[in-house]
Amino acid sequence: MHYTFQFGDVWAAWPDLLWGTWLTIQLSASAMALGLVVAIAGALGKTMGPRPLRWAIDAYIEAIRNTPFLVQIFLIFFGLPSIGLRLDSNQAALVAMVVNVGAYGIEIVRAGIDNIQRGQIEAGIALGLRPLQIFRHIILFPALQTIYPALTSQFILLMLGSSVVSTISAQELTGAANDLQSRTFRSFEIYIVVTAIYLALSMAFSGTFAAIHRAVFVREERG
Amino acid sequence: MIRQFGPSEALFIVTAVRWTVALTLIAFAGGGIVGLGVALARTAPAAWVRVAATGYIQLFQGTPLLMQLFLVFFGAAMFGGSVDPLVAAAVALTLNGAAFLGEIWRGCIEAIPKGQWEAATALALRFPARMRTVVLPQAARIAVAPTVGYLVQLLKATSLASIIGFVELTRAGQIMNNATFRPFLVFGLVAVIYFILCWPLSWFSRRLEARFGSVPP
Repeated sequence: MHYTFQFGDVWAAWPDLLWGTWLTIQLSASAMALGLVVAIAGALGKTMGPRPLRWAIDAYIEAIRNTPFLVQIFLIFFGLPSIGLRLDSNQAALVAMVVNVGAYGIEIVRAGIDNIQRGQIEAGIALGLRPLQIFRHIILFPALQTIYPALTSQFILLMLGSSVVSTISAQELTGAANDLQSRTFRSFEIYIVVTAIYLALSMAFSGTFAAIHRAVFVREERG
Repeated sequence: MIRQFGPSEALFIVTAVRWTVALTLIAFAGGGIVGLGVALARTAPAAWVRVAATGYIQLFQGTPLLMQLFLVFFGAAMFGGSVDPLVAAAVALTLNGAAFLGEIWRGCIEAIPKGQWEAATALALRFPARMRTVVLPQAARIAVAPTVGYLVQLLKATSLASIIGFVELTRAGQIMNNATFRPFLVFGLVAVIYFILCWPLSWFSRRLEARFGSVPP
């Protein structure tokens, strides 16, 4: 069996792939930011909220963690319009990613909050800190610091998982690759290049997360 | 002509579960065997073996499973004509699962207290015997809970095989959705079936973690 690799078509389409890469970065970064908000709010609700709210959050977490992301996308993109909520493919992709990473994020952030010792909070009260100050400086910040590695690796899994949103033809890197594939039929060459781009992206994201860690947490410790 | 969603349509989806379960079991067996090799290589005495295993893990954990699936599927087609989607999915999930299981099990191996390693070395056991008779039996205990937890991830990951056209649960749902155009009902049913498969495993994994989670003293 002889096969001649032809990367010409792939290189020729570099603007498409670059644009796709940028869209993947945008989509993933937005989903991470919104997912973090969901995670913090959910973790708060789970540790301090009333019982029905805690049950609702538990149900959400179990439902998301025990079903595939792909099926969640289909339900959001194809299913929601039948109850009157119509999202375009990019919106549906973002919503699905936030809903998905939020469920994992809640459990991660909650583990961080559980780790805070009561004495710390009591010390905060004794120092006369306001509830919001206690929450920010004594609960949230140290909690995020503890769970930072787990949270960021979940974020990288989210970025890699975003390739799946190409199935509802959302605009991102895998979607760009699929378009190129259907034009040129250079499947293997295209996907090997795109795989390399994803590898570079996951390295870039972990590098960025490490830099954020240094800037935010290490400085706070010194300060 | 749009088909009505009736019992036979539901049955089509429900019976497709067997392919999801089959693919999960094949990939779990394959990923387990290769993954054990990866875990051993990650903890091997020779530095180059450890470096190679680390590279393998970073490659497969740093790229999307969907791309790995495409590369196996299109790559095999390129070298040997057409390839069965089941085979391509099983190979991709095996390679991917090996990276994740290998990393999980490395953690379990390294969790065994240093004294155990030193005692085994003092007894003049070489690496294979040290692993087989001293370290692995103890590591297996800690490994049970995260391994069952990973099984849930693997089961969910088999849904991606639908994208290369393997008719498992998700693909059966897509087919029925195209025929009946009842997406909420169809994918709701698909989601419920996945939940019925995954939730007991998740629950069991948490139970096991409570029982075997800590390293024996």
